[in-house]
Amino acid sequence: MRPDPGTPHPATASGRSTLRLENLRFRNHGGPVDLAVEPGECVTLTGISGSGKTLLLRAIADLDPHNGGVLLDGVDCTSIRAPEWRRRVGLLPADSQWWRDSVGEHFRELDSSWLARLGFEEDTLRWPVVRLSTGERQRLALLRLLMNHPQVLLLDEPTANLDLASTERVEQLLHDYRTEMDASVLWVTHDSAQAGRVGSRRLVLENGRLTPGHPQ
Amino acid sequence: MNVLSLSVFDLMLASLGVIAVAALTWILRLGLARGLLIAALRSCVQLLLVGLVLRALFANASFSWVALLSVLMLLLAGREVRARQERRLGGWRGYSIGTSSMFVSSFVVTVVALGIIIGPDPWYTPRYAIPLLGMVLGNTMTGVALALDRLMQSAWDKRAVIEQRLLLGEDRASAIGDIARESTRSGLIPIINSMAAAGIVSLPGMMTGQVLAGSAPFDAVRYQILIMFLIASGTGLGTLCAVTLASRRLFDKRHRLRLDRLESAG
Repeated sequence: MRPDPGTPHPATASGRSTLRLENLRFRNHGGPVDLAVEPGECVTLTGISGSGKTLLLRAIADLDPHNGGVLLDGVDCTSIRAPEWRRRVGLLPADSQWWRDSVGEHFRELDSSWLARLGFEEDTLRWPVVRLSTGERQRLALLRLLMNHPQVLLLDEPTANLDLASTERVEQLLHDYRTEMDASVLWVTHDSAQAGRVGSRRLVLENGRLTPGHPQ
Repeated sequence: MNVLSLSVFDLMLASLGVIAVAALTWILRLGLARGLLIAALRSCVQLLLVGLVLRALFANASFSWVALLSVLMLLLAGREVRARQERRLGGWRGYSIGTSSMFVSSFVVTVVALGIIIGPDPWYTPRYAIPLLGMVLGNTMTGVALALDRLMQSAWDKRAVIEQRLLLGEDRASAIGDIARESTRSGLIPIINSMAAAGIVSLPGMMTGQVLAGSAPFDAVRYQILIMFLIASGTGLGTLCAVTLASRRLFDKRHRLRLDRLESAG
């Protein structure tokens, strides 16, 4: 019998897990979902459109009301102030939003070496947001999120609008971040090849429930 | 100076202008004729009724009657604020935010003006209290309604931006801060414009009324300045209060945007 993806990993049971979902029920009759994502682990999540992938990520980020437990290092999200929780558990939405005129106004701090790693020049921060292409917005939104140094990354199709070269850069950056920070990553993708490249475990969301995906 | 009384015939003559505009809008198919005529008729009936109420109230200046009428005016203003919002907070909270904001602002401003500035004896003398409260409440109502309408609509339209800011770790006050400031501005702009234009572009209604009723121009001007200051204070306090309360109500304790608490006017 295949292991149930919801079964806590032995390490998780001892409380070492970075992110743990316990009997999580979310919007539109999603769940119950049980899942443990280890520190430094990348789990990919696939599923047809409308299966609830985005809603699951929103529930983990505590952006939607939900029932059940969402725990970080054994501490439930309700025990941590919501803004602090979202800095630790960073969600990158599929469509990024920008509300100031220039790129730099959306960053509290930014190490310029990070810009270079995604193929941007240093003067990118002075660019007007209206000048950005969809792909540039997506890459810069990722940088903006990483500047919070989240322990958990919830990525909703982070390379959906990117060309091949940019996709490789983003994948490399996220790999480096994950290994350097020992961060847990839950990565939603429709690209089966990408799921194989970036994840160590693959899950499928069907009718609001997690099932194991095909072996990597 | 004696006031030149207006007869019913005089008012009927004045109504010809409204009827002519209604006819024009009907010919031009603007879809406004019916609304215009009903509004004109409604204002006549409402003003005649209030005239009867004021006549009775002036003859019997008891505090309880003044208080009763004031509360009735407040409740109707609260209903009107809600009706003017395309999207609004549901349930009793939606009603109470606008109403309590107007209560705090309009009543405080009016009572301070009556008790400290004008000083009639008794302080609730209906000849002063009711018109003052009516003017402050009416203008505060407009400011609060404009601000809340803008707040709710902007929160609805810009939900993705608000949630993006929450996702980056901002708290609810910060995430909706820009929208709340814009909404407060839109509530205050009419009174700012009205004060800026007073006396140059337009002669304010109350001052015109006093002059027509025989007051000395400078007495009318002093009262008009007082009223404008009271309206600006009432509108400012009411709008700030309403936007602050409604902004908080758009989120829950976990700083989640709760647009499910809104209902559509349609």
